[in-house]
Amino acid sequence: MPDTPNPTPSPVDAGRLAVSLYQAGPIPLAADFACDPGELLALVGPSGSGKTTLLRAIAGLYRPAEGRIDCGGETWLDTTHDIVRRPQQRRVGVVFQDYALFPHMSARDNVKVALGHLEPGRRSACADDWLGRMRLEGLSNRYPSQLSGGQRQRVALARALAREPRALLLDEPFSAVDQVTRRRLQRELALLREQIHIPILLVTHDLDEAAALADRICVLHGGRTLQADVPERLFRHPDSAVVARLLDRHNIFEGRVMEVDGQRRLQWGPWLLQVAHGLEALALEQRVAWYLPDSDVVLHRRDRPSRGDRENPVTGRIGEMVVLGGMTSLTLFFDHGLESLRFDIATHAARRNGLARGEWVQVSLLAGGIHLLPRNPSD
Amino acid sequence: MDWTALTVSLRLAAMTCLLLIPLGVWLGRTLARARFRGKSLCEALVALPLVMPPTVLGFYLMMSFGRDAPFGAFWHRLTGEGLNFTFSGILLASLVASLPFAVQPIQRAFESIPANLSEAAWCSGLTPWQTFLRIELPLVWPGVISALALTFAHTLGEFGVILMVGGAIDGETRTLSIAIYDRVQAFDETGAGIMSAMLLLVSFLTIGVVYGLAGRRRWRHA
Repeated sequence: MPDTPNPTPSPVDAGRLAVSLYQAGPIPLAADFACDPGELLALVGPSGSGKTTLLRAIAGLYRPAEGRIDCGGETWLDTTHDIVRRPQQRRVGVVFQDYALFPHMSARDNVKVALGHLEPGRRSACADDWLGRMRLEGLSNRYPSQLSGGQRQRVALARALAREPRALLLDEPFSAVDQVTRRRLQRELALLREQIHIPILLVTHDLDEAAALADRICVLHGGRTLQADVPERLFRHPDSAVVARLLDRHNIFEGRVMEVDGQRRLQWGPWLLQVAHGLEALALEQRVAWYLPDSDVVLHRRDRPSRGDRENPVTGRIGEMVVLGGMTSLTLFFDHGLESLRFDIATHAARRNGLARGEWVQVSLLAGGIHLLPRNPSD
Repeated sequence: MDWTALTVSLRLAAMTCLLLIPLGVWLGRTLARARFRGKSLCEALVALPLVMPPTVLGFYLMMSFGRDAPFGAFWHRLTGEGLNFTFSGILLASLVASLPFAVQPIQRAFESIPANLSEAAWCSGLTPWQTFLRIELPLVWPGVISALALTFAHTLGEFGVILMVGGAIDGETRTLSIAIYDRVQAFDETGAGIMSAMLLLVSFLTIGVVYGLAGRRRWRHA
């Protein structure tokens, strides 16, 4: 990042952020993850999963019992060697949930606060430069109360970046603005990432937001990092039923490993399902949780059969049918138990097929989509 | 018009403010931020002078200022002087009597600052001391001004406590409030009227000036 005001921003270079923190209480933590320069890692999890505590620990605002934090070649925390750097010593940019702008200072002065590393004479120009990069030209003299929610967030981002941080931490940065502003700010963050090459951590409980913005998503529960992966793989192949549920996946079932004519099958209710991967590694008769992304549920057309009809056909009764604009969410119930299968189809397709509550329909559960979750069969 | 009494009153009020406001900032911040056992007890002790009858407070202070009381003896060893019937005595008494007026507005002001503002300042590189001077103090300034106005006005008007501890020694402990009382006792209603008007004017000017200072800010909480 340039020391001087510079109209063409140069890339920032800093090293990887590696975090491993443990403590039994009062807030349990068992977190282990890393974020590379230029990477955006989303920490997702329900309220109370320790996301914000982790972020505070990285910023130096919370001291965990044990652990180590390295960033950009510096050690910020190492409890075995009694290294605990104060927040002032950890060049870290933080955007707080409610932005935490100083209400008695103009936008320019808010940014200037973070420019203590520059000579006093250069701070104003540099602050204006940062505000310009956040497209806040002409608003330097405004107080936070005179700015819109989106503008405040950009001032907070300018202040966080003005310190030339080695890592950027964003704590639910889009939760305090309306939907339209949120979309615009998310787009701006995606654009901003091209300019800054430091690790970026985004704490959010919004899975869509995480999927849209993050390179990788790290799932947290009870302070524990359960799984980190690229969004596509994470949503299709959660490690465990817990992760699948935390990711708001619906179709999590339990089946039993069987053998039919020398071939492994997954018994689920009255059906023996083909599974593309993973059954061979399991023991016969083993009970196993499995998950099916709703994109791998194919509704059979009633008027003419289509390809794939022979692949794991199951029959269920429509229990719920909710029209949400162009998509209709269907929930099928089965005779064999309380489990239900939820999937979305286009509303026009639902209409064409004459679907209604109480109707029986047949669907295929695509063998390639069935993902076994052997880790926690009981969850 | 008793100019000596007015001077004693103004000197007492000014010195009370000078000593009490920094203490009020420290105590108000501590009570607003810290979580400790016995915090409620501390707050109750601070508020006690508000609910105690001034003569009762004055009586206890007078007793503890005596040379045979531990505090009075300690003071005597320290300074070689007594406290009852001296300016130092009424100053100490008015520090105690005005404590809640100095602490409470400042404590409320600190409580209204979101905790993460200080954290944002640390994460921006400010030291705790810089954070206090540049972020916290400007934000609690209206509370400090209120505390200043209340302490000043309350000290000017204090009667019972001062009379118990200081008596009415001319040029030393006889404040304007006491001088007014003396005038009325001597059936000099004109004198008492002039001094009352003077006290009213001074109080009004003080409050006007400090509220004028407090109102001159361009920002508000977002």
